[in-house]
Amino acid sequence: MTLVSPGIQMQGFLPFDQKTRPNETALKTLAAKLRLDILTMIFEAQSGHPGSSFSCVEILLSLWFAQMRHRPDNPDWADRDRFVMSKGHGAPALYAVLMQAGYIPWEELHTLRQVHSNLQGHPASKYLNGIDVSTGSLGQGLSCAVGMALGLRLDKRPSRVYALLGDGECQEGNVWEAVMSAAHHRVNRLTAIIDRNRLQIDGSTEKIKALGELAPKFQAFGWNVLEVPGHDYTALFDALDKADAWAESSDKPTVIIANTTKGCGVSFMENQAGWHGKAPNKEQFEQAMTELDATYKALLASS
Amino acid sequence: MDLSTLPKKALRKQFGETLVALGKTNPNIVVLDADLACSTQTQMFADAYPERFFNQGIAEQDLLNTAAGLATVGKIPFLSTFAIFATGKAWEPLRNTICYSNLNVKICPTHSGLSLGEDGASHQSIEDIALTRVIPNLTVIVPSDAVETDAVIRWAAEYQGPVYVRLVRPDCPVIHVQENYTFNPYTIEVLREGKDITLVGTGETVYHCLLAAERLQKDLGISAEVLNACFIKPFDSQTLLASATKTGRVITVESHQVIGGLGGAVCEALCDSTPVPVKRLGTQDRFGQSGKAEDLFKEYGIDWTSIVEAAKNFVQ
Repeated sequence: MTLVSPGIQMQGFLPFDQKTRPNETALKTLAAKLRLDILTMIFEAQSGHPGSSFSCVEILLSLWFAQMRHRPDNPDWADRDRFVMSKGHGAPALYAVLMQAGYIPWEELHTLRQVHSNLQGHPASKYLNGIDVSTGSLGQGLSCAVGMALGLRLDKRPSRVYALLGDGECQEGNVWEAVMSAAHHRVNRLTAIIDRNRLQIDGSTEKIKALGELAPKFQAFGWNVLEVPGHDYTALFDALDKADAWAESSDKPTVIIANTTKGCGVSFMENQAGWHGKAPNKEQFEQAMTELDATYKALLASS
Repeated sequence: MDLSTLPKKALRKQFGETLVALGKTNPNIVVLDADLACSTQTQMFADAYPERFFNQGIAEQDLLNTAAGLATVGKIPFLSTFAIFATGKAWEPLRNTICYSNLNVKICPTHSGLSLGEDGASHQSIEDIALTRVIPNLTVIVPSDAVETDAVIRWAAEYQGPVYVRLVRPDCPVIHVQENYTFNPYTIEVLREGKDITLVGTGETVYHCLLAAERLQKDLGISAEVLNACFIKPFDSQTLLASATKTGRVITVESHQVIGGLGGAVCEALCDSTPVPVKRLGTQDRFGQSGKAEDLFKEYGIDWTSIVEAAKNFVQ
């Protein structure tokens, strides 16, 4: 079973160059459909990170389809908002979103992790529009986002900067170096989002090296902090709106701790560390696709 | 030119002055440091253009990654700290974020090599040429004096892509004459012609090669050609091969491990077509230690007297 996605109708989502709040049912339908694409990519490649991709689909769609100002037909637009995929292993989710937004042709879906593909295992700026900096080695993206925000501020551009981090990634020292820098340099147009799915490769984040409560840690470092259910568009939009308001009224950066479910959407992958970075076999793929397809069809029927 | 009476100037001081000059005409130049601005001399830029200077505190990974972010939005970031931290502690941001993304960041650490001196081995980077030379997309440059440093920094500001410029702490004799100097990027500079042996220096050791060549001629009648390998990568194999073909013997001299550094680069260039014998002077797989710069150069066999001795044994 191979699903070739033509992309669902873009009407209702465009234009991207202004902040929009699309119909949530349409976004839910889109998320369900992108999960089918993501799993297809990883199954065909027999390699990739399904669990880590599925936990951040709603976050990515909220950013790229409802929050960020960008122009797929003019990807270098100087006033666009910037995005850094610090958790680079979630690449299949980002690729699916970028395909849907028009940055990557759909036929490339079948090339993930293959020689000569633009869809590298981790996002690489030299191959793709929409990706300003290569990531994959964890802990580095937030510093890059701070640098972007500093440069954009010097140029007095209206752009906002968003960085998506994994929660396990917050064990990297560089994350906290950047957290200090952002607060010190008062980059208030920076929003970090933590995909708090509570699992990393070797197991629970709390068992491997406890992150504890992230909110008070960020507060202590001088950030505005929000905590939301990370698959809930209403909550995500509300948090992004608050971050927007704070970007004008406060001199602090904002972090949104998004509590998510690793593997969200496939019953046997949910909350299983083992599905962090493993491709399904044929039987597992078919079972997962049946589940995802049922969700997708139900949403289509209801919309 | 009387080598014993040359004026001296610290490369880091020149670095600071050139940055200030560039900052005046190019508003996209920004400078970052990691709590060593007074040592690296980026403080000059900080004083002149405070809004375009970012002190990232003692956090070198953050230093390099923040510079990367600035480059993605069109800035031309020059960053500095000590070489050991820029290439050691932050090697992976250098490789994965800056060079893999081919970002326009200029990494210009001071205090490289043994001449950092008294602080000892923990602070003496004797591996940074090797660590930078192996990274795709990265240009690696080692200026020999203040005149060359000024030209290199100006060139790096115009060049699109990541550049590593290896600078040192001490005052260095100014071996180039500003008035009739032309900077030729990507080329090895032939500072003295000779026929018996080729001496290749990089950075501070170029001056020692010149001193040695003078003494070899005067005392022993040995005619040494002196090459200044300012660009370590890309490496000007053509000039090196021409010299090696003529002299038949090469000595490399560096304030760095002979493994992977200038000695490595020279041997790699020669082995394809002109495998002449090469004697590599530098740290011989051994850490540095505390001491005065000149004492360390002698101890590790890279001062001009050591070069004379090595050349004498090599030729005779």
